[in-house]
Amino acid sequence: MVTKTKAEPEQASERARLDKIINKYRKQKGALIPILQEAQDSLGYLSEESLFYIAKATKRTLAQVYGVTTFFTQFRLEPIGEHLVRICHGTACHVGGAEDIDATVCGHLGLSEEGGTTDDMEFTVDKVVCVGACSLAPIMIVDGVAHGRLNADRARKVIKGYQKEK
Amino acid sequence: MPEELRVTIDGKRCSGRRGQTILEVAEENGIWIPTLCYDPRMAPYGACRLCLVEVEGARALMPACHAEITPDMVVRTENKRINSIRRTVIELLLSDHPVDCMTCESAGSCRLQDLAYNYGVKESSFKGETHSYHLLDDNPLIERDLDKCILCGRCVRICEEVVGAGVYGFVARGFDSIVSTPYDHPLEESPCLFCGQCVSTCPVGALTSKLSKGKGRPWELKQTDTVCPYCGVGCTLTLWTRDNEVVNVTAPVDKGVNRGNLCIKGRFGWQYISSSERLKYPMIRGKDGKLRKATWEKAISTVAERLTEIVKENGPDAVCGLASARCTNEENYLFQKFMRAVVGTNNVDHCARL
Amino acid sequence: MSKKTRVVVGLATCGIAAGGVSVMDELRREIKKRKLNVELAETGCIGYCFAEVLVEVEKAGMPKVTYGDITTKDVPELVETHLVQRKIWREKVLLIEGRKTAEADFLKRQKRIVLRNCGLIDPESMRDYMKKGGYEGLKKALTKMAPEEVRAEVLAAGLRGRGGAGFPTGQKWDFCARAEGADKYIVCNADEGDPGAFMDRSVLEGDPHAVIEGMIIGGYAIGATHGYIYCRAEYPLAVKRLRLAIREATRKRFLGKNILGSGYSLDIIVKEGAGAFVCGEETAMMASIEGSRGMPLPRPPFPANKGIWGMPTNINNVETFANVPWIIRNGARKYAAIGTGGSKGTKVFCLTGKVRRGGLAEVAMGTTLRDVIFGVGGGIKEGRNFKAVQIGGPSGGCLPAALLDTPVDYDSLPAAGAIMGSGGMVIVDDTTCMVDLAKYFLTFTQMESCGKCIPCRVGTKRMLEVLIRICEGRGVPGDIGLLERLAYDVKDASLCALGGTAPNPVLTTLRYFKDEYKAHIFDKKCPAGLCVDLVTFHIEPDKCTGCGVCVRNCPSDSITGEKKEPHVIDIETCIRCRECLRRCRFDAVYTV
Repeated sequence: MVTKTKAEPEQASERARLDKIINKYRKQKGALIPILQEAQDSLGYLSEESLFYIAKATKRTLAQVYGVTTFFTQFRLEPIGEHLVRICHGTACHVGGAEDIDATVCGHLGLSEEGGTTDDMEFTVDKVVCVGACSLAPIMIVDGVAHGRLNADRARKVIKGYQKEK
Repeated sequence: MPEELRVTIDGKRCSGRRGQTILEVAEENGIWIPTLCYDPRMAPYGACRLCLVEVEGARALMPACHAEITPDMVVRTENKRINSIRRTVIELLLSDHPVDCMTCESAGSCRLQDLAYNYGVKESSFKGETHSYHLLDDNPLIERDLDKCILCGRCVRICEEVVGAGVYGFVARGFDSIVSTPYDHPLEESPCLFCGQCVSTCPVGALTSKLSKGKGRPWELKQTDTVCPYCGVGCTLTLWTRDNEVVNVTAPVDKGVNRGNLCIKGRFGWQYISSSERLKYPMIRGKDGKLRKATWEKAISTVAERLTEIVKENGPDAVCGLASARCTNEENYLFQKFMRAVVGTNNVDHCARL
Repeated sequence: MSKKTRVVVGLATCGIAAGGVSVMDELRREIKKRKLNVELAETGCIGYCFAEVLVEVEKAGMPKVTYGDITTKDVPELVETHLVQRKIWREKVLLIEGRKTAEADFLKRQKRIVLRNCGLIDPESMRDYMKKGGYEGLKKALTKMAPEEVRAEVLAAGLRGRGGAGFPTGQKWDFCARAEGADKYIVCNADEGDPGAFMDRSVLEGDPHAVIEGMIIGGYAIGATHGYIYCRAEYPLAVKRLRLAIREATRKRFLGKNILGSGYSLDIIVKEGAGAFVCGEETAMMASIEGSRGMPLPRPPFPANKGIWGMPTNINNVETFANVPWIIRNGARKYAAIGTGGSKGTKVFCLTGKVRRGGLAEVAMGTTLRDVIFGVGGGIKEGRNFKAVQIGGPSGGCLPAALLDTPVDYDSLPAAGAIMGSGGMVIVDDTTCMVDLAKYFLTFTQMESCGKCIPCRVGTKRMLEVLIRICEGRGVPGDIGLLERLAYDVKDASLCALGGTAPNPVLTTLRYFKDEYKAHIFDKKCPAGLCVDLVTFHIEPDKCTGCGVCVRNCPSDSITGEKKEPHVIDIETCIRCRECLRRCRFDAVYTV
C-alpha cells in the first residue's frame, strides 16, 4: 500500500494545469477547496502527486490537504469511470424506493451495493444525499443529466442507454 | 495584569483573571473537572465533552476547557445530568476501544482507564461495530495502535501547533475517521522529527514509546525530576527508574522552561545511561592504536602536551576546537576563550551547527 | 409589456430533470416549423413540482394558461391547439388565470413573499428582476436610511432566521454591527443539505438577485466589507445563476466600490461547498471557507465577534436574505402584519413524499399543518391515509395525524417535538414504517457526522445500530430505554447542532409511534409491511401475467408457476431479497 511521495506530478502538462489553477487563486486567502475542486475537474481525480504539489504551493502540510480531501465527499483520490452515476438518497427518494434503484443499477453493472467503479472503467456509481429535485423522486444523475421518477425497470433502461453509446 | 474576576464554582468563591477559562480557574482552586482532549500546551478544542459544566443563565452546557469566565459567573461542575453525560461518553468510547488494559502499555497512566474508574464504568452498555486496524510500528521509537485512538486530536494539534511539523491529520470523517499520516505512509517517510511530543500528549495507549515497552508499570517505577543534560536549554525531565535503571523519560507539563515539551534527544536519547558500551572513564590511544584506560590527570596532561607540541610544530591554526551543545553557555564561552587566548586560534565551532 | 405571444418553460433543476430542455427544444422546432411569431423564454421554479414540465402560454385575447406534465410528444398538439387554433388545450391544463381549476388551490392558498418572483421572471435577466421592483429596497436603504435604521426596520419586522433556529435577524445584525474588526464578513448560507428540502435552491435558481439584494442591504446594515455565498456544489445551476447575477449587479454598480454613491463598498464571492452536510453549521462553514476540514468550533466566541479569519462575521440563510428587500421596500409594519405573535412573515416549505401536489409552498406563519398538507398539497396520493409529516429534515421530528392542527411557527412546532427547520416537509402514508424512517434519518446524520465530538461520532452510530437491529427483528426489550438514554445524552452533549438535533427523529417517533417500535421488538412485525426481515412476499394473482421474469431472477428458486399463469412464492425458502419486487413490471409482488 505504501507508495513513496514524489515531489511533483510526473507529467509536465499536469503541472502546467495545476500552476494555472493555483495562480488564479493566488490572491484569494484560504482558497484550498476551490483549487482542489478545479484540479479535480481538470485532471479527473486528485493523485498523491497533485496533492503534494498543491500542498506545497498553498503552504499547507500534506496531512492538512489530505485531511480536507478525505473530509468532503466530492473529492476523489482515485480515477473514475467514463460515466458517473449518482443515485440520490434524499428523503423523498428514500421513501420512493432509492434502495431498489441502487440495488438494480449496481446489480446490473456487476457492482456490490456499495457502488464503486466497474472493472472496464466504464461506470462509477455513487450514492449521494439529496440533489434537491425531490418532486421527481426517485432520481439519479448520470454525467450531470438528471433522470427522475424512476423505478427499477426505468433505471435499468437508463443505464442500458449509456452502455449502448459506445 | 488582566482584570481580576470573581466567580463561584460548586459554591466555592474563586477569583480568576479575564481571559482564563473555567477549567483553568477551577484547577487553580483545586476543583477537578474531567478532560480527555485538553492539554494546556495547545489551544482548547472542546471535542470530548467530558468537561461540560453548567453555567447559570446559559441555555446549553458549556465546555470548561473553552469557555472563558465572565464576572460573577456561577458554575456547577457536577450534577445528575452532567454525570449521566460523562458516563455515556465514557461508555461510548469504551464501546469501540479494546479493553486489554492487562497488557496495555498505558495502563496506570491512561486517562480513559482513570475516568472509567472515577465514574464506575465496568463495561459499556453499548455494543456494536468496532474498528480493527494494523498495529503500526514501522520505526524504532513510536508505536501507533489506532484501535485505541479516541480521536481527541491531541497528537494532531501538538504536532501542528507546538512542533510545527504537521505529520498527522484527521482522515475521512465521522465514525470511520482516523488519525494518520497521508496515505498511511510510515513516519520515517513523513516530516516526523521523532520528538515524541505526540506520545507525550496521547491520553490513552494509542501512541506509546517503544523504548519503554514492557519495562514496568507506572506504580512500580520511581520518578525523579532532573534537568536534561543534552543542551543549554535545561528542560525539566522526569526519569522513571526501576532497580536504579532508567526505563522512560517524560516531562511534567506544569514545570520548568519546557512545560512538558521535549525533543527527540531528551525524550528518547537515554538508553546510553545503562548501556554496557557507555564510556565511564578516559582512555588514551597508544602507539599500537589500542585504547587504554587512564586517570583524568593523565588524560588531561596528555591533551595539554600534545596540543603544545602541535602548536609548536604547525602553528595554532593546525588545531580546531569543537564544543558541545550539552554544555551551558558559560562553559561554551570558556571553551572559545581557551581556544582563542590559550591555543591562539579562531578555529572554534559547535556541534549544533553540524 | 409587449402584446407578443409568449411561451415560458420552467427550467429549474427539477424542470430540467423532468425533461424541460427537450420540451423547450421541441417547442422551438415546432414554432419555427409553423413560422409563428412567438417569444420563447425560460423561468425558474414556480413550485408546481408535481406537474413538471410546466409550460406557460400568454397570448393576446386569451387568459394566461399554465400547462403541466408536458412531454415532447405533447408539444405539437399544444402548439396546434393553443397557438394556432387559439383554444385552451384542456387535457393538460393546470391553471387558467382568473378561473378556477382543480389545481388552482395550490397557489391560491399560499402567500408569496420569498417566492414573489419565482416562476414569473427570467432569473438570468436583471431587467426582469428590476421590472418587478428589484433593487428598490437597496436604493431606499443605501440612500435614505442609516445602517442602524435598516437594522431597526428588520428587527421591527420580526424576521427570524429561516435556516432553522429562528434567531431574530435584526438582533443578529446588531451583534455583528457592534463588534470591532478591520474586516467584516457577511455570508449567505446556501448549503441547503437537508434531504427533502429544496426551497433555497428554488430561490437561488428562480430569483438570484433577491438574495444578492438582501445580502447587500444586510452588508450595509452591519458594515460588512466582504461577502461570501456558500452554495452546495450539488446545485450547479444555482451557482451559475448566482455568478451571473453578481456580474450583472456589479456592472450596474449595486456591488463593488461606492455603491450608488453611498460610500459603501462590498464584493461578493460564490464559494462552492464540497459535499459535507455539517458545513451548514456556521462554524464548520467558516472552517471550510478558510480551506480546512468542516469541523465545528465550540461557542462562544460567536461568529459575530470572531468569525472568518477571526473577524466579525454574520451568516444568514438564503430565505432570510430573500425576505429583506421586501421588508425594506414595503416596511416593517406590513411584514409584521403577516404571521403570529412570535413568528412573522411567511415560511417556504417543500412538500414531498406521499402528498398529491408536491412542490414549493410558501404560507403565512401560523397556518396549520392541515392547511399546508391538505389545502395546498391536496392531501395524500393514491387515496391512501395520512400517517405522519416529517418536518425539519434530519434535525426535525415526525408529527402524527392528531397534531395536524398545529400551526407552523417557531413556538408551536418545538412544543410538539418538531422544529421549523429549514422547511422540508415529507408526508408519509401508511406504507411507511416509522422505525425505518427514524433509521433513515439517523443513517444520514451518522454518515454526515464530522467525527469531532464523541457523542455525535459514536452516539449516533450506536443509536443507528439499535434501530437497525429493531428493523431486522433482532430488537430486545431494553432497546427503547437504551435509545432514549442515548438520544437525550447525544442531544445535550454534542458540540454542534448536527449532533444536538440528530436524535429528534428518533425521539418524536418514539413519542408518537411507540407502538410501531413495540410491534417490531415484541411481535417481530412491521405494521407498514416494509421491514424486509419482518414481512413475507406474495404475488397477487390478478396482477401476475405469468411472464416469468421473477422466476428467472429469483436467487433461491422460490417462485413457481406455469407460463402465462399466476405465479406463487414459497415463503419458506424465500430469502426476501426483494429482487422479484424490483423486477416485476406489473406491480404484482406485495408484502405482508
